[in-house]
Amino acid sequence: MNLDSPTPMSRQIAEHSTLIERFLGLPKIALLIFVLLIAALGLGNGIIGYLVVAGELDGTWYDIRDLGNVNAALRDAILSSQLNTYIAGALAYLIPAILGATGIVSVVGGWLLIGPWAERRLIAKFQIRQGPNRTGPFGLFQSLADALKLMQKEIVIPTGADRFLYFAPPVAVFIPAILGWAAIPWAPKMSFADMDVGVLFVIAISSLGVLAVFVAGWSSNNHYSLLGAMRTIAMMVSYEIPISLSLLAVVLMTGSTQLSEIVTWQSTHNVWLIVLIPFAALAFLFASTAEINRTPNDIGEAESEIVAGFYTEYSGMKAGLFMAVELGNAILVGALMATFFLGGYTMFGLETWIPGYIILATKIGLVYFLFVWIRGTLPRFRLDQLMGFAWKFLIPVSIILMFIVAIESAIFIRWDVPAAVSLGLFGLINVTGAVIISVVWIRILFKDLDLAAPERPRLVTAVGGLKAAKEIRG
Amino acid sequence: MESPGIVLGFYLLAGLTLGSGGLVFLARNLLHSLAFLVISFLSMAGLFLTLSADFIAMAQILIYAGSISVLMVFAVMLTPLASRDNSNSIYVFPALISAGGIASFVAFIAWDTDWSGPGTDFDSTIGTIGQLLLGKYVLAFEIASVLLLFALVGAIMLVHQRDEDSEGTS
Repeated sequence: MNLDSPTPMSRQIAEHSTLIERFLGLPKIALLIFVLLIAALGLGNGIIGYLVVAGELDGTWYDIRDLGNVNAALRDAILSSQLNTYIAGALAYLIPAILGATGIVSVVGGWLLIGPWAERRLIAKFQIRQGPNRTGPFGLFQSLADALKLMQKEIVIPTGADRFLYFAPPVAVFIPAILGWAAIPWAPKMSFADMDVGVLFVIAISSLGVLAVFVAGWSSNNHYSLLGAMRTIAMMVSYEIPISLSLLAVVLMTGSTQLSEIVTWQSTHNVWLIVLIPFAALAFLFASTAEINRTPNDIGEAESEIVAGFYTEYSGMKAGLFMAVELGNAILVGALMATFFLGGYTMFGLETWIPGYIILATKIGLVYFLFVWIRGTLPRFRLDQLMGFAWKFLIPVSIILMFIVAIESAIFIRWDVPAAVSLGLFGLINVTGAVIISVVWIRILFKDLDLAAPERPRLVTAVGGLKAAKEIRG
Repeated sequence: MESPGIVLGFYLLAGLTLGSGGLVFLARNLLHSLAFLVISFLSMAGLFLTLSADFIAMAQILIYAGSISVLMVFAVMLTPLASRDNSNSIYVFPALISAGGIASFVAFIAWDTDWSGPGTDFDSTIGTIGQLLLGKYVLAFEIASVLLLFALVGAIMLVHQRDEDSEGTS
């Protein structure tokens, strides 16, 4: 450990024990139990994976790789039972639907309980704090306690609020956040509604959240709320275009609008689309942070500017619902990002050994970690910078690159070479093209900007800040 | 005979469409009417889904419920005194006449069409629509897109503040 560091902060960083050190510092018995659990998990998964690959489990209802088989078996059992045709048909439709909906709601609900804790702990780590660690083991029950606290609070309705529209938005914002999960394939046969128009469905559903936000801001009868709502609408409407363009590139490349087909295309060609069309993936990631109101694009609820934006006037659990839906949207975007650009539930053959939903959940967790990282690192954009970035940079560059992808997809169908050759070539062209076009476009946009003489922080220099910093450094 | 779920769904969605459509013009507050209009659009998308027209349903949600309603929101917000009172208007008779015209047109089409043909199951409409739009009807598709582009550029030209204007005023 380096304790001779110059500043108190870096000394604190050096003294701070790492996660591995703290883990090894646990009691021996706990470590033994942990190792045994890991070994049992690995052994069990290995046995199941061997059975699956050997073909002894394949196609039967207890094949754990996808729960679609269970569903199909249940359907067949209902349809072949002694019931009336109508009742059996209705039951065969209703029971799998209710099961799937329960699954989706429990995944989202479970994440809404664990997610805030994970996010707060992670951000605390980024900022060299402890984070919530009192309630329950490791502070895991913190979000439960928060939810209970929010529910006990009094609901205040502002004077002059539109009572009819005031109560709808906290519920209505959840509709797109839950509905969007319907199209996500968790495993080969495990998708709530694997529709042909999956990509369109995703775009359509994500455009519905705008209205709930507007109604929330308008009905509160508050200037901050209305301002936040209008900012959010302007931002969401602008950033829907880059999202659509990047998804169009995905559709052009894979030749399908079905989400499971997109995943299958990535697994048969053994390539993730983020490698093939990196600009589309980055545009999707950035634009979706704007769409779901997360840092660095959370100008709709910028605390330092307009209190809490569109939900300023909501109190108690209603405000809690707005905060929760932000988190739910974040993991929905994580799932979409994983499905479109990171190979979905496949992992280069690993999906024959491990159930696909575990792989997808891992990828969702990784994208969510990226979101938390961004939130802990980057400051907020200004409103005009944000809109300018969408309209002046993301959209033109996306359109140009989409044309390139369209030409490539036309070549890909007709060109009779191994897919590895053509896709490798396309990936190279796309990466270099994205870099070149971005640089050229930025040069054109900022040709009047004098980069040789950057502005110095005058106030900091005037009060001696830079000098003090130099002295501290040595 | 259709399956009972489809029939039940049709009646529920039709009732929701008509009910919220009626509330659109019964509501006194313009924003309330807008909310009902969105519900009506959404249940209309559901009606399209019962006809296995998945692409049209998604386009309905995307364009009408998602975009047209936002356009109306902006129109309401930018019009002074528009948001609080949906009072009587001098345009009630022209509106009635045009609504009657559209209703009679739709009724004529519904009356004139031969509905007795066999219902066919479509596996997927989006591929067929895409091939028709970029194959047989490519000219109409291009004309429509060029028209939209002209509208976009024209709107920007109308509100664009030229340099000499800003210099003159400031």
